Amino acid sequence: MTTVVTIKGVDKVFPSRKGADTVALRGIDIEVASGEFVSLLGPSGCGKSTLLRIIGDLLPPTSGQVVVNGKTPAEARRDRDYGMVFQQATLLDWRRVLANIELPLEVAGQAPAERERRAREMLDLVELNEFADHFPWQLSGGMQQRVAIARALTLQPELLLMDEPFGALDEMTRERMQMELMRIWQQTANTVIFVTHSIPEAVFLSTRVVVMSPRPGRIVGVVEIDLPQPRQFETREEPRFFEKLVDVREMLRGAEE
Amino acid sequence: MTRRYLPPALVFVTILVVWEVGVNAAGIQGFLLPPPSRIIASVQSEWAVIWPAGLFTLREALGGLLGGTALAVLAGFAVARWSLIRAGALPFAIAAGSAPIIALAPITNQWFGITNPVAKMSVVGVMVFFPVMINLVRGLTDVGAGKLELMHSYAAPDRATLLKVRLPNALPYLLSALRVAVALCLIGAIVTEYFGGSRAALGVYISQQASLTRMAEAWAGIVVVMLFGGALQLLIVLAERILLPWHPSRRAASG
Repeated sequence: MTTVVTIKGVDKVFPSRKGADTVALRGIDIEVASGEFVSLLGPSGCGKSTLLRIIGDLLPPTSGQVVVNGKTPAEARRDRDYGMVFQQATLLDWRRVLANIELPLEVAGQAPAERERRAREMLDLVELNEFADHFPWQLSGGMQQRVAIARALTLQPELLLMDEPFGALDEMTRERMQMELMRIWQQTANTVIFVTHSIPEAVFLSTRVVVMSPRPGRIVGVVEIDLPQPRQFETREEPRFFEKLVDVREMLRGAEE
Repeated sequence: MTRRYLPPALVFVTILVVWEVGVNAAGIQGFLLPPPSRIIASVQSEWAVIWPAGLFTLREALGGLLGGTALAVLAGFAVARWSLIRAGALPFAIAAGSAPIIALAPITNQWFGITNPVAKMSVVGVMVFFPVMINLVRGLTDVGAGKLELMHSYAAPDRATLLKVRLPNALPYLLSALRVAVALCLIGAIVTEYFGGSRAALGVYISQQASLTRMAEAWAGIVVVMLFGGALQLLIVLAERILLPWHPSRRAASG
């Protein structure tokens, strides 16, 4: 398997005027292989979102090295290797659903006919065809987030970066969205890096869970989640699932002591 | 439909009735407050004078509105684009915008000549400049970090971010500024004419009739200004309906 992301010795320090700098990340090393679904899991303040933003070239690291597809994050971003989904759907309110999904294609300079064909394909993928002509405010939070996922996938990015994408949704919607995401991931075979603070969410979705701890943000360990693919609704009820939950929980608790 | 338009219509009619009956019952002299029926009669009898006078004043108001808005849009883009200018210019603009700019009227009347429409247009232009400029800058800059990061993640050039995110975001801000501006432009033109102007102007007509205590005629002039004001507001509302089908203000109506 080819390596998509390599992170070596990454530190992130947010300087403060009073001199008490905040060390958000210290000595981060991760490798992510093509087709993996890796979750960054930890309590708030552990730097997991910061790390995702560094990978996506939204923040520079203070020191250390990040390589994405053999390039720097800035080069990878310019080559449009990323699809990003944030906690807020950040749809453009003035665009209908289809036009929102077309946005990255427009920026990339694709022809209108091709744009629409591709956007409709993505709408199919997230099963929202009937809502192509709706405005974002006419959709529920879960549907908005599905549009955001469709938009992130239109340019067929190698790497999907997701920053607590289901964090603002209720528990029922959240579990449905997790199933949905698993189905999409099976179809697109993307590499995914997924930030969450929910243990069951991380275990259910991931092939590997990277457990982080705060002050300073660092990796305390990695749990391989070798539950069978594709993940089903029943996966959450299997004993192996609970074993993995316990493994991750123990690792998180170990970090606190 | 009925639920929406009936209550304000009822209030309007009630006010007219109370006014009419009250003035007659209390024996208020016509030179203090004429009853609506007298005002309507004056609108009819004076129509040949007040309508062209109204159009004259409307031209001044619209000329100032267009000039001021055009300059405000240019300045707004510059101020939004360069944060250094924004830091220097925006506090000044907000302060200047809350100053009583109408006080400039006697000065511009002197500068450009009392009968020159430019004297009125320049007051109107300055009056509408600040709210339009300030709102446009807010609309172009209050975009939300998430949307800007999204465009950044697509490696979007600045021009694409401006056209696809900042401009559509600024449109509702601009239209609400124009709502204020269309009201201001009539105030600016009329009040500047109160300080003197062409005999063909409605503000001059109103102030002359008032000083002759021909109150029904003065009120008839005011009715014409109110008609223009209402028509301009309607135009802006129409523009909002067409341009902002997605806006929260439309959600109650269609959702």
